[in-house]
Amino acid sequence: MRGEYAMEPSISIRELTLKFGALTVLKGLNLDVNPGEFVVLLGSSGCGKSTLLNCIAGLLDVSDGQIFINGRNVTWEEPSQRGIGMVFQSYALYPQMTVEGNLTFGLKNARVPKAEIADRVARAAKVLQIEPLLKRKPAALSGGQRQRVAIGRALVRDVDVFLFDEPLSNLDAKLRADLRVEIKQLHQRLENTMIYVTHDQTEAMTLADRIAIMKGGNVLQFDTPNEIYNRPASRYVAEFIGSPSMNFVEGTGDLSASPRFAGTHGDFALDGYAFAGRPAGGPAAFGIRPEHIVCGPEAQAKPIHLDTKVDLVEPLGSDTLAWVHAGDQPFWVRMDGQSTIRPGDRLPIGFDPARANLFDMQTEARI
Amino acid sequence: MGHNKTPAAMPEITLASRGMVDGPSGPKPTKRLSRRNIMIYGILIVVSLYYLVPLYVMIVTSLKGMPEIRLGNIFAPPVEITFEPWVKAWAEACTGLNCDGLSRGFWNSVRITIPSVLASIAIASVNGYALANWRFKGADIFFTILIFGAFIPYQVMLYPIVIMLREIGLYGTLWGLVIVHTIFGMPILTLLFRNYFTSLPEELFKAARVDGAGFWGIYFRIMLPMSLPIFVVAMILQVTGIWNDFLFGVVYTKPEVYPMTVQLNNIVNSTQGVKEYNVNMAATLLTGLVPLAIYFVSGKLFVRGIAAGAVKG
Amino acid sequence: MAASRPNQLFRNMAAKIAAIPMIVTALVVFVGGTLWTVAYSFTKSRLLPKWDLVGLDQYERLWGTRRWLVSIENLFIYGVCMLVLSLVIGFILAALLDQKIRYESAFRTILLYPFALSFIVTGLVWQWILNPEFGVQNIVRSLGFESFTFDPLYNAKIAIYGILIAGLWQGSGLIMVLMLAGLRGIDQEIWKASRVDGIPAWKTYVFIIIPMMRPVFVTTLVIIASGIVKVYDLVVAQTSGGPGIATEMPAKYVYDYMFGGQNLGQGFAASTMMLLAVAVVIIPWAMLEFGGRKRGT
Repeated sequence: MRGEYAMEPSISIRELTLKFGALTVLKGLNLDVNPGEFVVLLGSSGCGKSTLLNCIAGLLDVSDGQIFINGRNVTWEEPSQRGIGMVFQSYALYPQMTVEGNLTFGLKNARVPKAEIADRVARAAKVLQIEPLLKRKPAALSGGQRQRVAIGRALVRDVDVFLFDEPLSNLDAKLRADLRVEIKQLHQRLENTMIYVTHDQTEAMTLADRIAIMKGGNVLQFDTPNEIYNRPASRYVAEFIGSPSMNFVEGTGDLSASPRFAGTHGDFALDGYAFAGRPAGGPAAFGIRPEHIVCGPEAQAKPIHLDTKVDLVEPLGSDTLAWVHAGDQPFWVRMDGQSTIRPGDRLPIGFDPARANLFDMQTEARI
Repeated sequence: MGHNKTPAAMPEITLASRGMVDGPSGPKPTKRLSRRNIMIYGILIVVSLYYLVPLYVMIVTSLKGMPEIRLGNIFAPPVEITFEPWVKAWAEACTGLNCDGLSRGFWNSVRITIPSVLASIAIASVNGYALANWRFKGADIFFTILIFGAFIPYQVMLYPIVIMLREIGLYGTLWGLVIVHTIFGMPILTLLFRNYFTSLPEELFKAARVDGAGFWGIYFRIMLPMSLPIFVVAMILQVTGIWNDFLFGVVYTKPEVYPMTVQLNNIVNSTQGVKEYNVNMAATLLTGLVPLAIYFVSGKLFVRGIAAGAVKG
Repeated sequence: MAASRPNQLFRNMAAKIAAIPMIVTALVVFVGGTLWTVAYSFTKSRLLPKWDLVGLDQYERLWGTRRWLVSIENLFIYGVCMLVLSLVIGFILAALLDQKIRYESAFRTILLYPFALSFIVTGLVWQWILNPEFGVQNIVRSLGFESFTFDPLYNAKIAIYGILIAGLWQGSGLIMVLMLAGLRGIDQEIWKASRVDGIPAWKTYVFIIIPMMRPVFVTTLVIIASGIVKVYDLVVAQTSGGPGIATEMPAKYVYDYMFGGQNLGQGFAASTMMLLAVAVVIIPWAMLEFGGRKRGT
């Protein structure tokens, strides 16, 4: 994380509420983004992530709360006055203008001096490597080039804050990966504050300094990708991040001095587990990621080990996924791509509770 | 529901300043009567009044007696409401040839419209289906001609059709007019159905073929049940179009089978006798009643229909 | 599998049979009828069509007839005004309705209902409203403006504008609906982008939205144009071409000569001229619209 605590946040959202009639889309949401930070708003569709971004941009009027950008209260400001640039999913380029026209239209309208406009366009075109395209129209560009132009339009505004609304969703997989790298490089070079909305966890994990996981108009967890992956704040977050999803064993947690977890297949000590707060016993779900399960002979070395039978094998080349079960408890496990395992085989698995997560069955919060 | 932020990830300064800071907060205050809104609603209301005036004038005039019309202005509501003009328009108004009112024209229009609508939709939907799913060599050429035909001024084809109808002995009859309506409805309706059937998933058609269904089997058992909305749209388009037709009615039928629009025009513009404006307006309203009723009842579907009919090419 | 390849002619036989009405209509009525009329426009057919070629005689007579010249002039005035005004009015109304206003559907219903009415009904209502004895003129006069004159249908000089008022009333709702559909088809993110760029709404309409709606405008233009050439019922109902021949239209000329004047040759020649006028509008449009693409429509 780049931010230093003494700095004033670049973007600050206070108790933001947005209602469409009877429907509350954002519920008293708070968020602080440090200067130069790359924040990804991640969630499934309808979680309010795009709505939040549109509120920050000023494209939606909020129902309650405040928005600060660079210390200035912009809650009532017009989008063009907020000091933001925005990149859209559909690129939203003006189709009958050339690339250059697209980059300059807003500046000309704001009566920026000609020399200044030329300078900014030249700089943006250089950064984004779209110099040869300046005289072309959007229709004559590929999807990736269009998105670069769209980024350019935000760039020439010379602002500190960039907003991205699912910018890569309309591109094919290969191009998406390429542009993802470019956006990351762009951020490293410009050091602007960026807020990036996506439903793609790979984009979120790779790009973000911090990820805000959203659900139902709330931020469930706002943390570094690493922290979100290793210590998800709730069962929802744990399931949302990671593919295949985390395995859960339901049972009871005994969280006394020597904490234990009792599932249907015996109980075991939770040695080395990092508890989130005051442990209280009760019904709990024990979660372990497929990639944290060790298979085969080495499984015996792990604190917890089980005997399972293989139901299904999915070779992916780089690794192999297997769907196994112990009794009626299924697990996804991830193992080496060269594995020769076949359905019906016996497979010992083992894991370390230090890499696991325990969730309260009632509140779904991490214990 | 709470914000499960770990302390490490929460910059301290924001914890300290968690409370609301002074300054704008909540929704941007907008005046309900901003200048922009006054302008928008003002223009729309004025324009709407202009559009409503003729309907209003028709109604009030048709409810007045002739003496009142001669005295007052056309916008004034009737002092004494009378339904006499309506009765007269329906049953007694003279066209120059006979004096049995619009009722004859109304029933003629009904007898023209129903078979014309059914025939044109049946033929056009099968055509559209054949074009969408059973493409055969040359189909596109005929279809293109058909669509261009929609733009040819009817005047060019009026007389050749007179000859054709005369040859088959239907000139001047109701059925002749039905054929004419079916022919001239074909381009738009075929396009409408073709586009609709093309938009249905092709897998459905393929699956039915694999299951051994033939041309008619697929049409009746797969396509028809899935296409109710488009049939309704086509029906609205045709009923209003045929009901409102004047040119074909006047060219291809004789006075006994004149449709309502032709008869209405003859009543109102007949040069004999004293002009009875109230009867004229009642007659005009009566003629407009069927399409108006369809319009107000079908709403969105009507709009879809005319949009489809309008975007001919 | 091993069966011999079936005869091409009998493939999709049912589809071909089903398409017979379409083929007959296209070839016999549309192509055949049009060619027949064009061919007989070069004859001196009077009461009945007669294959008696007279070259361009009918056309010479046509263009020497004052009534035809007035018709063309009327069509021109009516056409240009109708095109410009209905596009402008239709677009402005659509843009107003697109401002996320309340009661949008009520306004739309009101603006479109005249389109459900026939030209005959339209013509008769406006004949009544524009009647100087009872209508608008009378009312304004009774308000104290004694010298106020507004009698378009009785004044040969402006009669065609009386028709125009009725035509606009009947047809502009449709244009509004088409334009509204066009506006709704614009990517909402374009509007967002222009707001972030700080472009005022009117500038966004003029420089971004209207150019983006070019196809809608072109299609609408073609619709209005092909409707204008066919204008007949409205004139018949509203003025019967009068006063005098002040509101004659080509379509009425054709009808009168074919079915009233018993001069078929003139009717054919006049209708061929109408066809020509439509072709001048349609062919460039069709080439523009479908020329680039492979398949028609």
